[in-house]
Amino acid sequence: MSIWVNQKTRLVVQGITGSAARYHTEQMQAYGTKIVAGVTPGKGGTKVFGIPVYDTMREAVQKTQANTSVIYVPAPFAADAIIEAIDAKIELVVCITEHIPVQDMVKVKYYLKHSTTRLIGPNCPGIITPDQTKIGIMPGHIHQKGTIGIVSRSGTLTYEAVSVVSNAGLGQSTAVGIGGDPINGTDFIDVLKAFNEDTETEAVIMIGEIGGDAEENAAAWIKANMKKPVVGFIAGKTAPKGKRMGHAGAIVSGNSGTATSKIMVMEAAGIAVAERLSDIIPKLKVELEKY
Amino acid sequence: MNIHEYQAKAILKQYGVSVPEGYLVEAVNQLETQARKIQTDVAVVKAQIHAGGRGKAGGVKVVDSLNACMAVGTEMLGKQLVTHQTGLKGQKIRKIYIEEGCEIKSEFYMSMVLDRATSQVMIIASKEGGMDIEKVAMQSPNSILKISVDPLIGIREFHVRVLAESFGLSTELMPNLDKIIKGIYACFVEKDLNLVEINPFVLTKENVLIALDAKMNFDDNALFRHPEIELLRDFNEEDRKEIEASSVGLSYVALDGEIGCLVNGAGLAMATMDAIHYAGGTPANFLDVGGSASAEMVHKALDIILSDDHVKGVFINIFGGIMHCNTIAKGIIQATQAMPRSVPIVVRLEGTNVEEGKRLLDHSGLDIISADTMDEGAEKMVALIKHKEAIA
Repeated sequence: MSIWVNQKTRLVVQGITGSAARYHTEQMQAYGTKIVAGVTPGKGGTKVFGIPVYDTMREAVQKTQANTSVIYVPAPFAADAIIEAIDAKIELVVCITEHIPVQDMVKVKYYLKHSTTRLIGPNCPGIITPDQTKIGIMPGHIHQKGTIGIVSRSGTLTYEAVSVVSNAGLGQSTAVGIGGDPINGTDFIDVLKAFNEDTETEAVIMIGEIGGDAEENAAAWIKANMKKPVVGFIAGKTAPKGKRMGHAGAIVSGNSGTATSKIMVMEAAGIAVAERLSDIIPKLKVELEKY
Repeated sequence: MNIHEYQAKAILKQYGVSVPEGYLVEAVNQLETQARKIQTDVAVVKAQIHAGGRGKAGGVKVVDSLNACMAVGTEMLGKQLVTHQTGLKGQKIRKIYIEEGCEIKSEFYMSMVLDRATSQVMIIASKEGGMDIEKVAMQSPNSILKISVDPLIGIREFHVRVLAESFGLSTELMPNLDKIIKGIYACFVEKDLNLVEINPFVLTKENVLIALDAKMNFDDNALFRHPEIELLRDFNEEDRKEIEASSVGLSYVALDGEIGCLVNGAGLAMATMDAIHYAGGTPANFLDVGGSASAEMVHKALDIILSDDHVKGVFINIFGGIMHCNTIAKGIIQATQAMPRSVPIVVRLEGTNVEEGKRLLDHSGLDIISADTMDEGAEKMVALIKHKEAIA
């Protein structure tokens, strides 16, 4: 088991003819991901690494029974790409693109609510179930099949968490980057719920950062529902107020969204929060023994 | 992106929101011509800087004669204004805005923000105008009204009735309020705003609702479709290093510490700053070089970091991922050789070919030390600086 992506995943790459998309298509294919189609308007009928390219998502789904899509479309067109995927009844859409205007995401989120599609991202590294399917831009080689679920708002910080888990010989069931934007498709709670029900996942590492209250809401959910240990980490303890720290969503507004307040709420909910990355594994081991 | 009050008011006016008549002054010799245009007995001279808290800091002054207006304007222009948001150095007043005065019957607070919880635009309103909304939220949370606007439904008449009720406005003011709220919402959506704040939003003795102050923040990611807004950017109000960084595609935020940070990824960059702090040091900046961390980007990033004189050492923390560490190491060595001034550098690399990358760094003959993990790198950097200080 794992969450959301596995050997049944049939992937379509939206924007497959772009240079970054080509590069990552090759990487994903090499990892073993089953890529069945690509979509770039105007490039229908061509092929990329032997993968057929279509003009529309409807056609791609009809011809190849694709059930998952990944988006590498430039920001001004990315929201349209998500909406087209939802319209084509794709089950899971993973949007890698960053810098999508927020007002575009307001509309996407609205459309998403009235559909059965799950969106991961935007502005995220993607999702991977080690040794089965890699969707996104993460380096495959740092992952190892295992029992720890990882969920994070940040890209490279997800890789750090994956790395420490692999180096400790534990491995990951699935690792999900939910993205650093203020509006995203999948939040911590969605991922936590899935990990809670996944028989293969024994514990979860949750990596948050300053801005918004996603971590606080997740903490409340964990306290009430989570049957598995959760170790947390929050980036941005030294971030100044009112300054956007790279990610569009990483901003302390007034006194809300600070790392300190998040850590307090998380600890109060019974989450073991690691002060440093190197404290994650020791904390995880202690938590695993408790259960 | 932030803009000035006078610019925000000009935009609001286009959307049918009443604002006082006002005139911009950028130099003392324009002062008299502009001041003479004022038709009211009383005028308000307002410093145009991006930071808030101007009123308490002496950046907003009421004057009752041309002479007083001239005196206040002359004094303000060119002065450093220190508010609770500017830092101790303050912000130089390069522009002032002279506005016609009005007689206020009551003051309210109104803003629209993007609410992350509902993924919708939210109207925030309070009867307590002119005050810091965060203080109001703490002291009397029940006095704050929040309305989440569904993107398909938009603003409806009942929303306006609810707002009018919370402000205590009589029914004859409903059409006035309706026009204003719908105008601000249209502006928010069409111009891709993150925030518009009108504080105070006032009712005058003549029973007219006007925006006495206006603050706007735009979504940087949507500026590509608003060239007219991009023209309003005032580079004087931004950190020189931050402007330089954004022009070459780096994400940089200046802080006031001693250790420069060069990291790939925003989350990792924040975690790196935290690790330095944990090790007993102070970070000089946040810097995300982006996913690829090419030699060229590392080079540019080092130049920007080292243009801050307080930087005594640089911690480079790169999670290479798919990239090869030997390529990144070569880039770091090249960039280090071309550094504008020499400081110790600690490098932590992770990714494929990490051993080869470390070997290259260790044998470069440069002042570079390698580390295996982020926490170890932060400790080494702090220890190195403390050691240098001890022997100096």
